[in-house]
Amino acid sequence: MSPARNMAALGAGVLFGLGLAISQMVNPAKVLAFLDVGGNWDPSLALVMGGALAVTGVAFRLVLKRPRPMFGDAFAVPTRGDVDGRLVGGAIVFGVGWGLIGLCPGPAMASIAYGMAESVYFLGAMLAGMAAARILR
Amino acid sequence: MENFTPLSALAGGVLIGAAASILLWLNGRIAGISGIVGGLLAPVRDDTGWRALFVLGLILGAVLYRTMGGPLQTIEIETSPILLIAGGLLVGFGTRMGGGCTSGHGVCGLARLSPRSLVATVVFMLSAGVTVAVVRHLLGTTG
Repeated sequence: MSPARNMAALGAGVLFGLGLAISQMVNPAKVLAFLDVGGNWDPSLALVMGGALAVTGVAFRLVLKRPRPMFGDAFAVPTRGDVDGRLVGGAIVFGVGWGLIGLCPGPAMASIAYGMAESVYFLGAMLAGMAAARILR
Repeated sequence: MENFTPLSALAGGVLIGAAASILLWLNGRIAGISGIVGGLLAPVRDDTGWRALFVLGLILGAVLYRTMGGPLQTIEIETSPILLIAGGLLVGFGTRMGGGCTSGHGVCGLARLSPRSLVATVVFMLSAGVTVAVVRHLLGTTG
């Protein structure tokens, strides 16, 4: 693994974490207010996804026209196109957990910056859930 | 809608999109957090360092925001350990079973017009919305 690839990953991670904090996606209360369409709805986080997609929608197209990534031999992009029960079932299960607490994996990681025990409970369980999914596959 | 924060939401979203684009451009990787973290749980030679550094960066980015005096200095989160653990288990299990989360399917997959990511994103959004509706309005615990 080259230093360039590692530094690129670190830099992209920092930008991503900054984006999660600036957008307040890292705040579970904000996420739950977005998901609570029937309550006192806060549509802000739709603009987080909208802003992100405005960039990736154009940039991914340009980047994937290139023969290879700058620091690698090939793009590691999923090729499957089929929709199966695992995809739908997994999305349902994820949604229940997301709606229960208001944290998805990125914000859960970034929330460590706020130094709360609650993040640790959630993250420990999240890693256990990921390991369980791997074992049961 | 008194808590609507369109500018910071858009700005943060643009940064997230830029981060995902940079990771694809430089390293050829999809910035799906559940996939990146999941890969750390079953380490493959020469495929671990970048994952760990990306996750470290995620945390550093939020730390940087706080030290620079960003307005969001505290977060509000559920306090019941049992609910936190249940939620964590569901999020971890579901994202690996479904092959992605908000970032992998939502931000990266939709940008590639992947039908799998479109279905997954619609389903987890609906599932999360229904869960909040049930918890808040049917069971009436908060808000």
